[in-house]
Amino acid sequence: MEKAPINILGIETSCDETAAAVVADGKTVKSSVIASQTKLHEKYGGVVPEIASRAHIENIYPVIAEAMAQADVTEKSVHAIAVANQPGLTVALMVGVTAAKTLSFAWGKPLIAINHLHAHLQSAMLAEEGLQLPAVALIVSGGHTCLYDCESPLELKLLGRCLDDAAGEAFDKVAAILKLPYPGGPAIEEIAKDGNPGAVDFPRSMLGPDSLDFSFSGIKTAVLYHCRGQDMKGQNRVDSMSKQKIADIAASFQAAMIDVLVRKTQRAAQKVAAKTILLGGGVAANTVLRSALQQMCKSSVPTRKLLVAPKEYCTDNAVMVASLACHKYKAGLFADLTLEPKATG
Amino acid sequence: MGLDIRTNSAAETIELGRRIGEQLRGGEVIALVGELGSGKTHLIKGIAAGVGAEGGGEVVNSPTFVIVNEYSGRLEVYHIDAYRLESVEQFEQIGFDDYCHPGSVVVIEWADKVEPALKGIDVIRVELQHAGRTVRSIHFEGLGEYIQV
Repeated sequence: MEKAPINILGIETSCDETAAAVVADGKTVKSSVIASQTKLHEKYGGVVPEIASRAHIENIYPVIAEAMAQADVTEKSVHAIAVANQPGLTVALMVGVTAAKTLSFAWGKPLIAINHLHAHLQSAMLAEEGLQLPAVALIVSGGHTCLYDCESPLELKLLGRCLDDAAGEAFDKVAAILKLPYPGGPAIEEIAKDGNPGAVDFPRSMLGPDSLDFSFSGIKTAVLYHCRGQDMKGQNRVDSMSKQKIADIAASFQAAMIDVLVRKTQRAAQKVAAKTILLGGGVAANTVLRSALQQMCKSSVPTRKLLVAPKEYCTDNAVMVASLACHKYKAGLFADLTLEPKATG
Repeated sequence: MGLDIRTNSAAETIELGRRIGEQLRGGEVIALVGELGSGKTHLIKGIAAGVGAEGGGEVVNSPTFVIVNEYSGRLEVYHIDAYRLESVEQFEQIGFDDYCHPGSVVVIEWADKVEPALKGIDVIRVELQHAGRTVRSIHFEGLGEYIQV
């Protein structure tokens, strides 16, 4: 007789997105609902997410109901409820945690606490059978830039993190300096296609020969000075720059960012003799970063395998939460109803 | 009475923050204004270190995306970044009132975006400006008499 799949309902509310998903056996996505990407407000009267707990509160029930309906599961066929309880904005996390605790109590199903950042690298493992460990995971997003040593999906050791601006934030702020649209990552990648990445030699902050931490505030300021004049007395000259000049700055900035990300990842991979590199987070959508990491993996001896989160699971979602929770479910790692949100992770 | 200080490097900006942080008593709200790269996060790194909230595994980094970072030391430090906020209402909804208590220090980057929410409360105002490649001019208003810099 075939064993019934383990269905887990995952909930994610750590920042801007209200999301819920049902995943079977940690791999099969039965539903994935993200409030900003669905027409929930038409169907249920929810609102488009904004940075506010009120939006999460209004969206959480419709999002969960929709995820359950799309997956065609009921409370009886859900084995556990998983929620990202850290890190994030406390008032936002609180909404997901409260909903998950309520459902856990009402349905009599176990509760599983998930670290949002650990879940991001689970996105990169979704499709992979026979993952070769150890792996080094690079999580790059608007709020985080982290390197992990991954001995198993549940054994993650933080190797490095950003000391000031996250990579995605640097992209957004440089896009603002260059007067490109928000979000900055895709805008810079687009215009950089026509630019010369060697036009401006922006600083690559490596923080010493052994550091696996990241610092991107210096490069942001370097771009600002490049556009304003070194004495900062002049106005931003971007308005009078040719499109080519802006493309050159964008391409040079992107090249410097990717150079640092790839070299640090390589450093981490050598340190732990990683067989696999995992890439997740919003900035993982950047195709130049993907190919630079691919190149690094191919030229390593022995070669390494690069696994990238599918584009739809790079940004915040609940599939990664439910998927990682399956490993915890099997290991019997449950939380109780005293679970609280935690800002740091 | 305002106070003007120049720092010659990011390290000096952090050191200035540390001196202020060491003397905070709790209950302070510090509002920072200054454009990109003017040293807001560096000053706060120092303030948090002075409060004893950096080290011990905690890193003070930019909360632009996550909006609020929380650190624990001698006092709780709530590091808020209003850069991405679109309204004063949003600022109130992230729990600003809850963050303000006698055992906390609340530091706000891009405070000019949420100015109406700060009306009627005692605020230490800090304005940072570029004054050269690594030089920053930093203006303080409302610094309590118990704080010597």
